[in-house]
Amino acid sequence: MALREFNLDLDGKDETVAAVSQLDHLKMLEAESMFILREAAAEFARPVMLYSIGKDSSVMLRLAQKAFYPGKIPFPLLHIDTSYKFPEMIEFRDWYAKHVGVQLIVHKNQKALDDGANPYSLGTQKCCGFLKTRSLLDGLAEGGFDAAFGGARRDEEKSRAKERVYSFRDSLGQWDPKNQRPELWSLYNSRHHKGESIRVFPLSNWTELDVWLYIDAEKIPIVPLYFAKEREAIVRGEQILLLQAGVRALPGEKTEMVKCRMRSLGCAPCTGGIRSDADTVPKIINEMISFRRSERENRAIDHDEEGSMEIKKREGYF
Amino acid sequence: MSNATPESTDAPSASSTPFDSVGAAGSLTHALGLLRFSTAGSVDDGKSTLIGRLLYDSKSVFEDQLASVQKSKINRSSGPIDFSLLTDGLRAEREQGITIDVAYRYFSTPRRKFIIADTPGHEQYTRNMATGASTAEAAVVLMDATKGVLRQSRRHAYIAHLLGVQHIVAAVNKMDLVGFSQDVFDRISAEFREFADHLGIHNVYAVPVSALEGDNVVRRSKRMPWFEGPPLLEHLESIPASVGSASGPLRFPVQYVIRPDASFRGFAGQLVSGTLHPGSSVVAMPSGVRTKVQSIVAFEDEPDSALPGDSITITLEDEIDLSRGDMLVGEANPPSSGTEFQAVLVWMHSEPLDRHKIYVLKHTTRTVRARINQIRYRVDINTLEHVPATKLDLNEIAAVDVKTTLPLFVDPYHLNRITGSFIVIDPLTNATVAAGIIERSMERRQGPRETAAQRKHSTREERILRFGHPAAAIWLKGRPRVAELVERRLFDEGWQVQLAGPNDFLSHELVTVAKAFRLSGYITVFCPLDDGTDQKQVVRMIFGPDSFFAVRITDDTDEEAVDRIMKVLRKWRDNYSLEPENGKS
Ligand SMILES: Nc1nc2c(ncn2[C@@H]2O[C@H](COP(=O)(O)OP(=O)(O)OP(=O)(O)O)[C@@H](O)[C@H]2O)c(=O)[nH]1
Ligand SMILES: [Mg+2]
Repeated sequence: MALREFNLDLDGKDETVAAVSQLDHLKMLEAESMFILREAAAEFARPVMLYSIGKDSSVMLRLAQKAFYPGKIPFPLLHIDTSYKFPEMIEFRDWYAKHVGVQLIVHKNQKALDDGANPYSLGTQKCCGFLKTRSLLDGLAEGGFDAAFGGARRDEEKSRAKERVYSFRDSLGQWDPKNQRPELWSLYNSRHHKGESIRVFPLSNWTELDVWLYIDAEKIPIVPLYFAKEREAIVRGEQILLLQAGVRALPGEKTEMVKCRMRSLGCAPCTGGIRSDADTVPKIINEMISFRRSERENRAIDHDEEGSMEIKKREGYF
Repeated sequence: MSNATPESTDAPSASSTPFDSVGAAGSLTHALGLLRFSTAGSVDDGKSTLIGRLLYDSKSVFEDQLASVQKSKINRSSGPIDFSLLTDGLRAEREQGITIDVAYRYFSTPRRKFIIADTPGHEQYTRNMATGASTAEAAVVLMDATKGVLRQSRRHAYIAHLLGVQHIVAAVNKMDLVGFSQDVFDRISAEFREFADHLGIHNVYAVPVSALEGDNVVRRSKRMPWFEGPPLLEHLESIPASVGSASGPLRFPVQYVIRPDASFRGFAGQLVSGTLHPGSSVVAMPSGVRTKVQSIVAFEDEPDSALPGDSITITLEDEIDLSRGDMLVGEANPPSSGTEFQAVLVWMHSEPLDRHKIYVLKHTTRTVRARINQIRYRVDINTLEHVPATKLDLNEIAAVDVKTTLPLFVDPYHLNRITGSFIVIDPLTNATVAAGIIERSMERRQGPRETAAQRKHSTREERILRFGHPAAAIWLKGRPRVAELVERRLFDEGWQVQLAGPNDFLSHELVTVAKAFRLSGYITVFCPLDDGTDQKQVVRMIFGPDSFFAVRITDDTDEEAVDRIMKVLRKWRDNYSLEPENGKS
């Protein structure tokens, strides 16, 4: 049994706390996730894995490889491309899908993009509505998918903490948080009528730290944006924005070289980086343990309004 | 939509991941492992506040999350921070000031890792409380010091116990409102202990707390020097971790068959209990065929053994018939295999149990059709008495008899939480309507087990399960209108019914027709011509006197006649047994 110990400096009081994570614990999470992946693959007619290119997706994909080994992953990946993703993400996506040997479907809301949808003129809420939520629902409908795996974790956000492993969506793709199916033991109810679907979250019980420990233990490839590096960026108040994928500087703003990295990956205009020196997975883990702020803090989308994540989820957002 | 197909596996240089090892110099520390616990208790007793406080005091709340709680317009607490907002993550919850659904929170202390399920106290959402408790090893039952032990405190303690939660903590909360009085604590904890004793829970740990002000949550309270036990968190840290039943009997439900090509056939699943290694002898259920494990196959390595909880893939030495829903078990201590068992149900839907409905039942990886045809008793939560019942409504708990179309391989729940549990699904709405806990199987000792291949055709029993009733004849001489109306009513209510009208067959064909419909399990509505011949006795003999209804002509209206017949039929349906017929042709 391999154990790891970290030194934590809580409250600046210099009290040393050993945060112990057991590999046993990761093993348990891994086994649970594989069980969920197999269960859904066995019971749904046409499942798909939503692949967002981030660290959680990388972990979920590895778990799928393990769950069906030596067979191939019995469902395709679906990436909802908003066209505002960092170029390194797209490069990584195409390489990794090939590397794993899994079918990749890329879906864009071309009509909205042709109409010029962007976060600056529409605002984050609306932009997400068109390029992510609508696009996702269309992508799922086009493929006739009745189940979609997502890499969401309950520890990410307080409305996610409420979600089932099998999250039922009505024929409009909407989530009804007040009326979820009871979900006891590991007995998941996959039954649904035509047009309805179920989002399946194999990583429900993983924390951000678990994800990083697993990436480390399994040597899972991730997008290089997660590693600290000198990058050309605009520093806007608290935010560090990389000048990529449609990010516009405001009048008077100048770029500078900032040693930074991404803690969570989204669209370039709406995802800020953090100042960091962590350029290896272990350094990221050590940095993470000292974090006092949540990983989604740098995502504009969650903070438009109190409960905004829940509203988006109810409408069909992942 | 564009599809990308992989061609090469060359990594762009930018994607290579820098790795070195974490904490290589770190020393080994003994951790107590993971503990899953849930909260329980009546509405507003302070469950969410307690969890919020626990997260806050153990420094598991991120600053931005705390800031968003602090700047929230809502604060129902009398303190500066409404801690319940840390877990009440839904808008409706914050607006109504109650928890509606379970919140799962994760945190760790130097000693162990926790998964918390903060559950709702409101009776309407009992199903969500049960969801949280089903996977918990410990439950913290909260009681408001100003209110004492309430009906809902009992109900939740009962459900937690029923669902196999091993450790019960009684937290008497809001001690700040009763002047931190030892008398109040002693009285409430004694009352709860007495109730718990009745349930057979003898290891209750009772602790006085103030979730709002943090007394005895993470830190020992200075305001209750009379209490000598450890604070809540310390107690939770000391609860022994549940040990996997590696020494238990082998249970491996087959979840997925992996068949990349003709040369490989792997059986994937999560090992429930026992151990497996290459060479282990296994028996396949339901076929009863014996074979051995050839190998355990895994991504990037070949493990030499598997323990309970492991998700694995194995190959077998012989090519045997085995698929999803089957189970590999050991020679010693096999599970009971049968189609009838006794269980306790927690009913979780506003639509009550229908004893004639054919439900879908999911048990491990096996999904079958089932009827819950008998309620043995209902449990009165207040008194724990068993009361006779004919109905089972939302949030009620009852002991029932279950009959399934195909055999299940079960263990009593108290021996195995996975092979002892099932859920019930309504086949029309697809809603999960009940959670089931298996008490015992009614396995009949009879000849060798039937295999799928030996089962040639559907049986009378199976048809009864599907239709909800056996065959019956209704004899309606001279009332053709009533016959039509009855047939329509039965059909619309989901009965398996057929009208045998005077023009549908020749009179010498009657015997053949009656026999055919009886064999097919139909409610057959006969409406013979009034031609003087009395074939009634013949049909009565074919269907049997208990399932033959001749309607006497009275001067009631057609509608009254239909109602009268329906009443008789429903009563008959409620009382027939599934025992095999004897002696009828
Ligand atoms: N004075 C005092 N008030 C408390 C304490 N704990 C909780 N409360 C208050 O009691 C009320 C209910 O608290 P919640 O934490 O929402 O109760 P709950 O048990 O989670 O309620 P449900 O989840 O809806 O069943 C709130 O107004 C809290 O501020 C306490 O220790 N002392
Ligand atoms: Mg609550």
